[in-house]
Amino acid sequence: MAANEEAMKYVWEGAIPLQIHLHKSEVASHPAPPPALVLAPRIGYLPLLVPLIKPYFKDSLPPGEDSIWFDYKGVPLKWYIPTGVLFDLLCAEPERPWNLTIHFRGYPSNVLIPCEGEDSAKWNFVNSLKEAAYIINGNCKNVMNMSQSDQEDLWTSVMNGDLDAYTRLLPKLKMGNIEDEFSRKESLSSPVSRQGGGTEIDVAGQVKTARIPVRLYVRSVSQNFENLEDVPEIDTWDEISYMNRPVEFLKEKGKCFTLRDAIESLLPEYSGDRAQTSGEEEADGSQETRGEIKLVRIQGIELKLEIPFSWVVNNLMNPEFYLHISVLVIGPQR
Amino acid sequence: MDSAGEVVNDGKITLEGFSVAARAFADKWKRHNLSFPSWSWVSLINRTLLKKEECYLSLEKIIILSSLEGSAEEESLDVTADWWEKEESIDHTVLVQNVEDEAHYYDYHIVYSASYMVPMLYFRGYSSDGKPLSLDVIKRDLPSSSVSLLLESKWTFITQEEHPYLNRPWFKLHPCGTEEWIKLLSESSSSDGCQMPVELYLVSWFSVVGQVVGLRTPLEMLI
Repeated sequence: MAANEEAMKYVWEGAIPLQIHLHKSEVASHPAPPPALVLAPRIGYLPLLVPLIKPYFKDSLPPGEDSIWFDYKGVPLKWYIPTGVLFDLLCAEPERPWNLTIHFRGYPSNVLIPCEGEDSAKWNFVNSLKEAAYIINGNCKNVMNMSQSDQEDLWTSVMNGDLDAYTRLLPKLKMGNIEDEFSRKESLSSPVSRQGGGTEIDVAGQVKTARIPVRLYVRSVSQNFENLEDVPEIDTWDEISYMNRPVEFLKEKGKCFTLRDAIESLLPEYSGDRAQTSGEEEADGSQETRGEIKLVRIQGIELKLEIPFSWVVNNLMNPEFYLHISVLVIGPQR
Repeated sequence: MDSAGEVVNDGKITLEGFSVAARAFADKWKRHNLSFPSWSWVSLINRTLLKKEECYLSLEKIIILSSLEGSAEEESLDVTADWWEKEESIDHTVLVQNVEDEAHYYDYHIVYSASYMVPMLYFRGYSSDGKPLSLDVIKRDLPSSSVSLLLESKWTFITQEEHPYLNRPWFKLHPCGTEEWIKLLSESSSSDGCQMPVELYLVSWFSVVGQVVGLRTPLEMLI
């Protein structure tokens, strides 16, 4: 099995055990129902789990129409973020099973965009796929040119965690190749020549610059900590910065573009030497401690920053071709 | 190739170009649109990301007096007129209050999309008590030409998405192929086929996009 295939299998098989509690204000039966235990695919989305969860609670619900949402310790969960990413980001110390609360009423529409179950999840997936295609290829023609039924099948393969079906459909997607200097074998998507989109091709036809779809989630805590279990609980999404910005990398001969390089290109204030400095004097005499990157997680793995970025992308990206990176930093202290 | 030529390329614009274009747009708007509030360049220092600024153009609290259903509006005005003629002792305060209750407020943000390398328009509507307006209500405030454009064409559509910086649901106007029609605009406006000057990028963009949400761009701005 090619290294790339092995990694994809690892990513697709990743799952988070969830323990889902019905919110106490919605318990209309006595005794209250026990929590539902569900294994959630990392690459999946919370709304897709509802058909598995609802049977546990349907007899306990008060009358009325459902508008389903989840929270973790009171923080409403953004349903369009893959479940694995939510877990890596919100649980500094991984909690197993992960205790979530489900609500069937009172959708917080002032903070969460509406969700109509599977349709919303599918729309979000296809949109992300188009955006990723635009970043990689310079246009989203490859997605637009896919037949409706192929698009449906692609989504279904993701929804069902069916890697074989997904792999069979990939050649129809014709997504551009993200060159990986470390796996000699061809990656599963068929390479195509790219035009525009900020990609340069040198005389030998080798791609020199590339744009990579990345979604970076940065959680900042104010105090340094020894152990992850000392990291305080999250209160609101305002503690998290979300960056939906492509990483541009220039392949220089002899130099390896690492994961650290990629993250620093998005978070220049956290780069290298400056991050180690503490207690720098500001012009007005006040002291400011530079921030520090404490933890980088992708697909639940805490990665060493020296790993070549192209390897990370090719092996750990999600099915919509986005690489989701969760970062925990110590913020500035005054 | 000069630096300005790299900033706008193929109808797309870089982040640096967007900052320049945004300030130029806000300046021109202020000069040529005196009766209208001005756009401000908002830069939020993001505490999580240290000194990183999230920047966008903002035009807020634009009041649109909500229109009653199409022809019904005229009808009700006629009725009111008749009523005025008949009744001497009209309670004017009641009439004014009704108008205020119907006032809809709109915020518009022009945000740069790093993925697509073009600007995006985000907007939201709310009533005087701060309650957000649904898309159906908002559509009634849009010029009727826009509504048919939105419903019939595949070129522009409005989606509800999370604001890139504010953690709240906003509406996004997503014109398909922005870079293509910007290219067309720049080709048709210059005789020697030069790239659009960066200072005019947002002005040109908004002259098209703004119309969808009923915001006119004075022609003087396009010079």
